[in-house]
Amino acid sequence: MRHLPNGSSGDIVLGIAERIIENRAYLSEIDGKIGDGDHGVNMAKGFGIAAERIRGKDMSLSAAFDLLGTVLMTEIGGSMGPLYGMMFTEFAETIAGAAAIDAALFAKMLTAGLGGIQAIGSAKVGDKTLLDALAPAITAFEAAISAGRSFDQGLDALVIAAEKGRDSTKDMVAKIGRASRLGARSAGVLDAGASSCAVILRELARGTKARLANDVETVR
Amino acid sequence: MQRFINNPDEVVEDTLRGFVKAHADILGVSPENPRVVVAASAPIAGKVGVITGGGSGHEPAFIGYVGRNMLDAVAVGELFSSPTAKSFFDAAKAVDAGKGVVCLYGNYAGDNMNVKMAIKLAAKQGLEIATVVANDDVCSAPPSERGKRRGVAGEVFMWKCGGARAAEGASLEEVRATAQKAIDHCRSIGVGLGPCTLPAVGHPNFVIEPGTMEVGIGHHGEPGVRIEPLRTAAEVGRDMAATVLDDHDLPAGAHVAVLISGLGATPLNELYILNDAIESEIARRGLAIERTYIGNYFTSLEMVGATLTVMAVDDELKRLLDMDVHCPALP
Repeated sequence: MRHLPNGSSGDIVLGIAERIIENRAYLSEIDGKIGDGDHGVNMAKGFGIAAERIRGKDMSLSAAFDLLGTVLMTEIGGSMGPLYGMMFTEFAETIAGAAAIDAALFAKMLTAGLGGIQAIGSAKVGDKTLLDALAPAITAFEAAISAGRSFDQGLDALVIAAEKGRDSTKDMVAKIGRASRLGARSAGVLDAGASSCAVILRELARGTKARLANDVETVR
Repeated sequence: MQRFINNPDEVVEDTLRGFVKAHADILGVSPENPRVVVAASAPIAGKVGVITGGGSGHEPAFIGYVGRNMLDAVAVGELFSSPTAKSFFDAAKAVDAGKGVVCLYGNYAGDNMNVKMAIKLAAKQGLEIATVVANDDVCSAPPSERGKRRGVAGEVFMWKCGGARAAEGASLEEVRATAQKAIDHCRSIGVGLGPCTLPAVGHPNFVIEPGTMEVGIGHHGEPGVRIEPLRTAAEVGRDMAATVLDDHDLPAGAHVAVLISGLGATPLNELYILNDAIESEIARRGLAIERTYIGNYFTSLEMVGATLTVMAVDDELKRLLDMDVHCPALP
């Protein structure tokens, strides 16, 4: 069985922060078409603050998720602060006690993150939000694992579904948030939250895959 | 971008520093949280605390309404972005005198979430935060879905009436009910002629083609409900008044207060030109204007355009509007 070691994997969060910072202008541009154009700026600010506090610290993945979630919730605000803040805090709580994260615990972590978002926001799948990338990604990961595929293959399925989900927001009419006031005029543009979520999940999957190790028993 | 800024990522910090220097007699930044502006007088014994919060870039809103008989504190967000839950909570804590705190804010997804979380944080410490959510913008949703409408310049009337009611010594529930009545009596509309630019983004985040205007534009450049050829101020003003009054459906003889706010880059004289047509349309419908406010009360960075708010006033709201205030943004 393959697993992700929790200790010293905090750099996965650093990688996520770097991707968000790289995509700052892209995310703001998408947001500007039907929102107010600050998504990339605020995301980059929050993830940047967290990255500064993680860099060079040899943190566990759960500690890094907790730090990022807390920064987003207490220092960033907006809509994405509480939403992603809840997601990463739930990620952290789910894996906090585990030395190794197997595919089942990874799925549980993702599901808890989704639950955290749903506890604070009121969006549903299909409303043109980050849920449209996150929810199908989790479903695809779980489906792959329960079909007997490997952790690695599950992560591949996660990324494909997240990006497909992101792309599906293009034709959607926003039902919640700032873009929803546009009605039909919100169609034709990707959702900024779904776009940032796809960026986060791709890097989470990449960083996880790069650190996946075989259990000691299996190695023997 | 021709702007007076230092670092585009520190516009809010720089704004607050200059703001506090200018109005140190009225307010200051909380020693506990640099994103909370608190009235010098707060907390006032025996008075319900009145707070709001919202994204920056709307100055003088929200911070300019902190002062005597108005708001006791404001949670300050990034440009066009909700303050954190912690800032809303810290604002409430800073002004609580044991009678509870009412948070009077606008209907935006981020503010709703952060206030909701702040209420939970406060409840853990035994502090009750009541809320009123402004939804005066008529173009942001049909009348049947009023709860989805966003809050715009009607918030100024909500703060004025809620703040004055609290200053009279009313209970938390009474202050909440009066602020709710004030915003329920407000209808607003925005018309945009030119976009605005977040300094950190560096280019306008939407386009208004020359010769056109966006009717129903939001305070963050949320596109309007329709784009029309730009017409004369007389026609635009009449249509703005007609749109809010059609939604309001007031009986002839009703008394109203009028607030016309520039969106940041519209000269004051044009607001007076609009008002000429707006007052005529209001009078044509047999309504009596109690008071008119014209100026930059609730802006959107350097957006070109204006908003109109009409509030129906009864004796209570009139009395509360008339109460003295001492805050940076009101005469």
